[in-house]
Amino acid sequence: MSEAISTSYLECLLKSWQAKPAESRAWLNQLRARAIDCVSTQKLPTKRDEEWRFTDISPLTALPYRPSQPDSTLKIEDVQHLFLDDAKNRLVFVDGHFSQSLSAIAEPAALIAGNLPALLSAHASILESHVGHYVPFDHNVFAALNTAFLQDGAVVIVPKNTVVAEPVHLLFIATQHEVTSYPRCLLIGEAGSHITLIEDYVALQQAAYITNSVTEISLAGNAHAKHIRVQRESAKAFHLANCAVSLAHASNYQSVSITLGSQISRYNLDVRLTDEAAECTIDGLTLISDRQLADTHTCIDHAKPNGTSHQQHKCIADDAAHAVFNGKIIVRPQAQRTNSSQSSRNLLLSKTAQVDTKPQLEIFADDVKCSHGATVGQLDQEEIFYLRSRGLSETAARNLLTYAFGAEIISRIPVSSLRQQLEQAVLDQTQSNPS
Amino acid sequence: MIIANSPTILSVQGLRASINGTEILKGIDLTVRSGEIHAIMGLNGSGKSTFAKVLAGHSAYEVTGGSIQFEDKNLLELPPEERARAGLFLAFQYPIEIPGVANTQFLRLAYNTVQTQRGKEELDPLEFDDFVREKMKLLEMKPDFLDRSVNEGFSGGEKKRNEILQMALLEPRLSILDETDSGLDIDALKIVANGVNRITNKDNATILVTHYQRLLDYIVPDFVHVMQAGRIVMTGGKELALELETRGYDWITANKQPAAGVSA
Ligand SMILES: Nc1ncnc2c1ncn2[C@@H]1O[C@H](COP(=O)(O)OP(=O)(O)O)[C@@H](O)[C@H]1O
Ligand SMILES: [Mg+2]
Repeated sequence: MSEAISTSYLECLLKSWQAKPAESRAWLNQLRARAIDCVSTQKLPTKRDEEWRFTDISPLTALPYRPSQPDSTLKIEDVQHLFLDDAKNRLVFVDGHFSQSLSAIAEPAALIAGNLPALLSAHASILESHVGHYVPFDHNVFAALNTAFLQDGAVVIVPKNTVVAEPVHLLFIATQHEVTSYPRCLLIGEAGSHITLIEDYVALQQAAYITNSVTEISLAGNAHAKHIRVQRESAKAFHLANCAVSLAHASNYQSVSITLGSQISRYNLDVRLTDEAAECTIDGLTLISDRQLADTHTCIDHAKPNGTSHQQHKCIADDAAHAVFNGKIIVRPQAQRTNSSQSSRNLLLSKTAQVDTKPQLEIFADDVKCSHGATVGQLDQEEIFYLRSRGLSETAARNLLTYAFGAEIISRIPVSSLRQQLEQAVLDQTQSNPS
Repeated sequence: MIIANSPTILSVQGLRASINGTEILKGIDLTVRSGEIHAIMGLNGSGKSTFAKVLAGHSAYEVTGGSIQFEDKNLLELPPEERARAGLFLAFQYPIEIPGVANTQFLRLAYNTVQTQRGKEELDPLEFDDFVREKMKLLEMKPDFLDRSVNEGFSGGEKKRNEILQMALLEPRLSILDETDSGLDIDALKIVANGVNRITNKDNATILVTHYQRLLDYIVPDFVHVMQAGRIVMTGGKELALELETRGYDWITANKQPAAGVSA
């Protein structure tokens, strides 16, 4: 992509930017203004950028890029099949815009959950001290764009020592063609709180559109959060997502990220263990086919002693799909007695599928326990033979092994209705393979 | 048991097979009839497991000569799964671990596939659970075996029991047990042997591959074959196993004389 196209693309995007919304606040306007400045000094990344070596996003510029407009015609019957039985706290966003009528909070006493404009005045100071604090945008044009367009968004605040029993389902539904939506999520877990958050991107039809999302999560001392992220966008969509997590003393963050959809997707997850004894488990599964490209970049940053991180990322690529995993782990000089493990396992189901995996360890402390490993391969011939020797056809054997490879990650999702849906999705995809 | 005029289940003639261009099996002849138990003994590396895997249809081995008839079928024309469905079973020397596949799911899939082939009813998960738990008692296996991934983290002995459990479920016509005794302590060996003895009857047959005579105290063979460098070089009755136990295998190489009254 030439720089001229890139620059004009961003200029056009910014032209579609609307002046400050009526209900806004000074700090929010300043944040947006800074983000706009950042957009104008940046370019769209190309494959010449180290962070984007494998991911060519130039097809993005071929799409019209008008921001999505709220569409209030959607009825509950149209979307209730996307709801989860065992996640009774639900915030629904249609093309990035909050829908009050589709949302429901079962435990209003246990948590503060709603969209950004509705909570702005009642929770001004806490919002001001978190929004935009974790995902920097000075070197990240997509985060800058999201922040420049920041108006709406999901906000979940879990008060001190509160355990939210039901998972909170943040459901982002894409309905329109050729629009860009800018979903935004903020989770604040106050000290000693517990929550399960599901961030779910779905499409009502096989439309071409862009989702550019930013999620910020802040866990105070001893707070626990389980974060399940499901990207099941339309196969023609572009999905660009940034998530940053900040972990205070002895807090615990467990995430499972599932990537199934989009023509081109990129997920950046940054987890920072900012204080002692924080723990995180970061699991991921990418299951793609056709000509899909899915790029996951994670960075786990151990800044203080006695932290723990465990990461397992798996990719299954079929047809001419291309999966990328880049997993950086930083152990800073102060972060003594860090315990960190990372595993990247990848399965290629066809000769034209491709996986690029790159573990990146930057360890500056000496008293640490770190392990990592990466494998890329086909299904194991001895496993296939074993199953066939018990009567399973070769196809059944391959399907079962592929399913099992993915199901290992899915099985860690603590919400059974979602787990079953995703098991079925993996089953559908792995059974469609006639090899 | 040797039964007069009992039908032939397996007839192997002049079987030759190689892997990566190296010939391992160099002309094997073996006939197994219904009701019989055969032991194949021999030193490590003599080709016993290769023979077992070629019978089961492992694609890494190229059959370069000879024939294998299994009941009315030309076994060499069948892929592994059709051999299994036709009633051939191999208990692996090294059972494969399959993370992510629950043992119960695997056992039920295998069972139902073979049942369907035989024109019988499939069992749903609940029915199968009752059925498999009964069979597990036979082998004194703990119920939690069902929920764990296939063979993953199983001890050597647990893996071998899991193999015999599959044999009990699939009710094969011909079972080939490859070193099922290795890695078992004496109590486990008795349990496994007892399980096998309860499965064997006049309508099926068993080939025990082993290089110790120990197993043969508990599962008494009708024939003992000695394999050496890819051939069966001697065949005798159960007393041959004892002779091998005391004399080793060297004398066979040295004078190639079969023991009294039997021939290769
Ligand atoms: N993949 C292989 N490539 C080459 N040679 C092999 C391979 N597998 C087995 N062999 C050789 O085949 C011979 C027979 O092995 P095997 O059948 O396992 O013997 P046994 O079971 O009697 O101990 C050995 O010499 C072994 O080294
Ligand atoms: Mg062997």
